[in-house]
Amino acid sequence: MTDTTLHRSLPDRLDNPLRSAVLSWESLLVLVAVGIFILNSFASPYFLNAWSLSDLTFNFTEKALIALAMALLIISGEIDLSVAAIIALASTMMGLVLQYGADTPTLVAVGIGVGLLCGAFNGFLVTGLKLPSIVVTIGTMSLFRGIAFIILGDQSFKGYPPSFSWFGQGYVWWVISFELVLFLVCALIYWVLLHRTNFGRRVFAIGNNDVAARFSGVRVDRIKFILFCLTGLMSGIAAVLLTARLGSTRPSIAEGFELEAITMVVLGGVSILGGAGSILGVVLAALIVGLVTFGLGLLNVPGIVMTIFTGSLLIVVIALPILFRMWRQRA
Amino acid sequence: MNRFLKHREIFLGLAILLVFVLVTLRFPRFAQPGNLLTIFNDTSILIMLALGQMAVILTRSIDLSMASNLALTGMIVAMTNAAFPGVPIPLLMAMCVVIGAGLGAFNGILVWKLNIPPIVVTLGTLTIFRGLVFVISGGAWVNAAQMSPDFIGLQRTAFLGLPLLSWFAIATAALFYLLMTRTPLGRAFYAIGVNPTASVYTGINVGRTKFYAFVIAGAVAGLCGYLWISRYVIASVEVAGGYELTIIAACVIGGVSIAGGIGTVPGVLLGAIFLGVINNALPVINISPFWQMAISGTAILLAVVLNARGEASKGRIILKKAEVV
Repeated sequence: MTDTTLHRSLPDRLDNPLRSAVLSWESLLVLVAVGIFILNSFASPYFLNAWSLSDLTFNFTEKALIALAMALLIISGEIDLSVAAIIALASTMMGLVLQYGADTPTLVAVGIGVGLLCGAFNGFLVTGLKLPSIVVTIGTMSLFRGIAFIILGDQSFKGYPPSFSWFGQGYVWWVISFELVLFLVCALIYWVLLHRTNFGRRVFAIGNNDVAARFSGVRVDRIKFILFCLTGLMSGIAAVLLTARLGSTRPSIAEGFELEAITMVVLGGVSILGGAGSILGVVLAALIVGLVTFGLGLLNVPGIVMTIFTGSLLIVVIALPILFRMWRQRA
Repeated sequence: MNRFLKHREIFLGLAILLVFVLVTLRFPRFAQPGNLLTIFNDTSILIMLALGQMAVILTRSIDLSMASNLALTGMIVAMTNAAFPGVPIPLLMAMCVVIGAGLGAFNGILVWKLNIPPIVVTLGTLTIFRGLVFVISGGAWVNAAQMSPDFIGLQRTAFLGLPLLSWFAIATAALFYLLMTRTPLGRAFYAIGVNPTASVYTGINVGRTKFYAFVIAGAVAGLCGYLWISRYVIASVEVAGGYELTIIAACVIGGVSIAGGIGTVPGVLLGAIFLGVINNALPVINISPFWQMAISGTAILLAVVLNARGEASKGRIILKKAEVV
């Protein structure tokens, strides 16, 4: 056990190129996705149909949008467990301004703005006060959703205008939903941000060794603060989409989203310890989670049983490479 | 004043007292001995769970699956009781401890043998265990009518003026105090939390120690499964949903450092009691229970800020990542 825990302290990046490892992980994800796709088409006659496949995308885009920003945050060595609570608070605030007759642009602005503010609050607590992100976001998770509960109690907000509902239910062209297009655009933006900019390289540097990054002139706190803001922003966008799709707001909205978003990120090959990962992997993982839950849904498997599959998927996918490595070392 | 603030137990004790005095000023009946005992009894399960969680957090790990473990074990034991009312309750309780410890061992083995980060493992088992509750129960409830009178009554039996449930909490706290201060295992929890590398050199098996912490937390969660079900007399899929965060909140408020190695049994006791007093005070002063979540969130944040100030004076570790994670 000593060897396995201590190996992280040795630099192994030179003789073990990150690139090839990530590539092979992603090709594995593609294989898994294709496999589940084929299984689904055999399992249910309703699966292979343009409208079914379109419905499938509604299943994961909101969580996947958060997963994109969460991936960067986890690569930098932090985590945000409050994303689902941010959705609840943003959605509640949208419902609140709706009561005062807000129009669609205002609703969207409020949703995204509240998300951004919540993210900034997390970022301030973590970088400004130097607190561990896991406890901070457990705290803000209760706080944000708690405020939603204070405002709403056991009530709900309804009556969103049709022009607002379009964000969650509308189609850009034929079966291509607005949610899907937005997700693909965001995925592209995050891919460029992480893999093609100085900012992205700094995120990796911070995740691998934030002290070394600081000594190399990287503004660690500022970058982490921006990442928390981005995660809040994406949660705000997800709140707009989800509220528009459901057409109502309850304080318990989006419960458990944080776990699914983190599952997508980790499944996508992002190291939970920080420092490694790719956006392509996260997108593929989001697709896999969507395929699995949608396929099980077509087979009338209850939602709570699906969580067994996503939970097991998370553990198995992380355990397999480790087991494989142990087996190879022994052989 | 700063020195004083570092004595978290005193500070917390005063905070609890303050809440108490404020509520009592308006509602004198709040401070009656009977009500105090009720509050303690209400908090008993949280105390036990938080102590189990403390063992895990001390080792730089976290167990998010405790509430799901509780729900699963509780459902198994409730269904057993409904099907075989003749099985004696102590046997059922032993069964709870064993099942809970088994579930904890599953977490522990993944952390120990495969070196998967605890947060990932327990995030997974959090959903798996709760899903299994649905699978074994088929989504059905086990209600009071299906449970035997002994099953419901045992923890309500009074002994020396206190219900047995309170005694369970007291006994658990005493056992944990002995474990943490008087046994090699307890000291090992602290050691690997403070410095895992040094612990390896002193001959502590870090992985196995973490495994034991998870088994202990699981066993406590299992026992609480029975206590929870027999207290609220309903076993369902939703039992203790989201409670894992309340458990962690009690630990954090009680001064347990999420970075490991820091935390005491009296601190956790007070942390849990603080949440218990707040929860009991809200309805008394006529604040909607919907405020509870936001208040405990704020309490967690305040507690972390105070914790961080207490720890900041200690030596700073440079190159944290170069150490064993």
